[in-house]
Amino acid sequence: MTEALSDSFALVGRQMRHIRRMPEQLLGITVMPVALVVVFGYLFGSAMQVPGEGGYKEYIMAGIFAQVMLANITTTAVGVVGDLNNGLVDRFRALPISRSSVLVGRTVADAVLVAWTCAVMAGVGYLIGWRAHNGVLRTLAGFGLLLLMGFAMSWLGALIGLTLRNAEAVSALAGVVMMPLAFLSNAFVPLDGLPGWLRTIAEWNPVSAVVSASRDLFGNERGTSGGAFPAEHPIPTALVVLVVLIAVTVPLAGRAYQKAAAQR
Amino acid sequence: METAISAEGLRKRYGDHQALDGIDLSVPTGSVLGVLGPNGAGKTTTVRILTTLLEPDEGRAVVAGYDLAAQPRQVRANIGLTGQYAAVDERLTGRENLQLIGVLLHLGRRGARARATELLERFDLVDAADRQAKTYSGGMRRRLDLAASLVARPPVLFLDEPTTGLDLTSRLTLWEMIREQVRGGVTVLLTTQYLEEADQLADRIAVIDRGLVIADGTPDELKRKVGGERLQVSVAEDTDLAVVTRCLAGVVPGEPAVDLQNRTVSVPLTDGMGTISAAAAGLEGLGVEPEDFAVHRSSLDDVFLALTGQQGRTPAARQARRPGQPDPAGPAEDQAAPHTIKEKQAV
Repeated sequence: MTEALSDSFALVGRQMRHIRRMPEQLLGITVMPVALVVVFGYLFGSAMQVPGEGGYKEYIMAGIFAQVMLANITTTAVGVVGDLNNGLVDRFRALPISRSSVLVGRTVADAVLVAWTCAVMAGVGYLIGWRAHNGVLRTLAGFGLLLLMGFAMSWLGALIGLTLRNAEAVSALAGVVMMPLAFLSNAFVPLDGLPGWLRTIAEWNPVSAVVSASRDLFGNERGTSGGAFPAEHPIPTALVVLVVLIAVTVPLAGRAYQKAAAQR
Repeated sequence: METAISAEGLRKRYGDHQALDGIDLSVPTGSVLGVLGPNGAGKTTTVRILTTLLEPDEGRAVVAGYDLAAQPRQVRANIGLTGQYAAVDERLTGRENLQLIGVLLHLGRRGARARATELLERFDLVDAADRQAKTYSGGMRRRLDLAASLVARPPVLFLDEPTTGLDLTSRLTLWEMIREQVRGGVTVLLTTQYLEEADQLADRIAVIDRGLVIADGTPDELKRKVGGERLQVSVAEDTDLAVVTRCLAGVVPGEPAVDLQNRTVSVPLTDGMGTISAAAAGLEGLGVEPEDFAVHRSSLDDVFLALTGQQGRTPAARQARRPGQPDPAGPAEDQAAPHTIKEKQAV
């Protein structure tokens, strides 16, 4: 177990070096989220009306955080495919190291990076007027829940990457999966204005649960009242969905890794 | 431990493609086995199985004294693998690549650093040690890759096409580095498409095709198998080809080998000068003026083409060549059938 931890730690270190070597990626995980906050907060915020006192700037932050977590699917999947196709996975698998450490190292590193992104976004959000109203603990719990989502998305991404084994296919599929998950949710708009059937779909979308849960924890307005069970009880729903997702994807990704062979 | 690698009846099937059809291999400790075969013959699959990356459907193998199925972790602790594509992290420097492997092998931070420095020196990468691997040339990458597979000082080394795509100088350098390992007592299983590479490095060669070992022996034994020297006659006109073939058939027992594309006929030089003078006289009598009339020493290329291009293509022949049985298609039959290369027959 300690071996697995130290192996994973060495592999996290490897990815941290990557970031230092690739300023463009550091820029990507820093500037992009800033742009998102500014665009949504100011541009869309000027036109959007949501219920509650905080206005759209408060409403949108949890939504953008969740959107960034969702993007971890692609980040991890593309990274895993890269390692697979340049032979590194074979190299690691032929070493007498714990086989889980490679995937754990990858998903933990991606979680660390997305935590950094989150911190930058929170700072910019604060500057444009976003506030968390429920004290330090609940605010941290809100970020914790979002990072748990990022971690779950990483494992989902690892599974997708190891299954498809092809960078183009991964990008295409990730786009198809992420679009409806992000936009058929309450991340960017309150669900009140949606037609009934669409509202039901959006309410049951797990992304909505995570977003509502973090709004509750941050003390930001949900913008919608009532609705289906997940909309009424977002925190337990979000926790259950994320824990189940991790419990399913971790062993599946592990199994895919054992058999992984590059596609050439 | 007398035998470093032994495999019995390895089989692997992908869908309806039988990648390995019962591979038997045995590599004495400290020796080099060259596994030679065309693309898709099963070379890489064999290596992947023997390095625990892939489970065989059937068969068993013992590597470095450990059973592959029962003790995969011990096997991994005793092998080095250099795959077909240089498996290095492009964004890490050469030194960092080796240190990462060292840390993963629990050499400790200091131990990993010392081992990396040592390997960088041995593999002539000191100047490039602190540059990202993506700036390396193909040869440097391969050297780094080989160094990475040696961090743990494994007694058994698997090299899957280690010099594919390299220029001659890099190839020679890498060969020397592999030889150095062998001198140090390392057992090597090397796959290659290059006959010269096998000839240069291997103590024994196993030729595999369609998932079967179709011949094995020392390079010399294999060359002898297709029959030492051959007389080759090339002509300018297709019409002459048949004439020459008939003429040469009368000179030696057995059927001449015909290469339609190059309009070349060849026969084994069974009777040395006698065969040459008889052939020359015969051709002169017929009034054929050959473009080329030469004696050709058989190389591993001939072995390879003879074995993979022509032999073992019929089910009966394949059946007859199951490993463990005497090879019925010995030299005599090899000589008897035309040495025409399959692809060329299609022309």
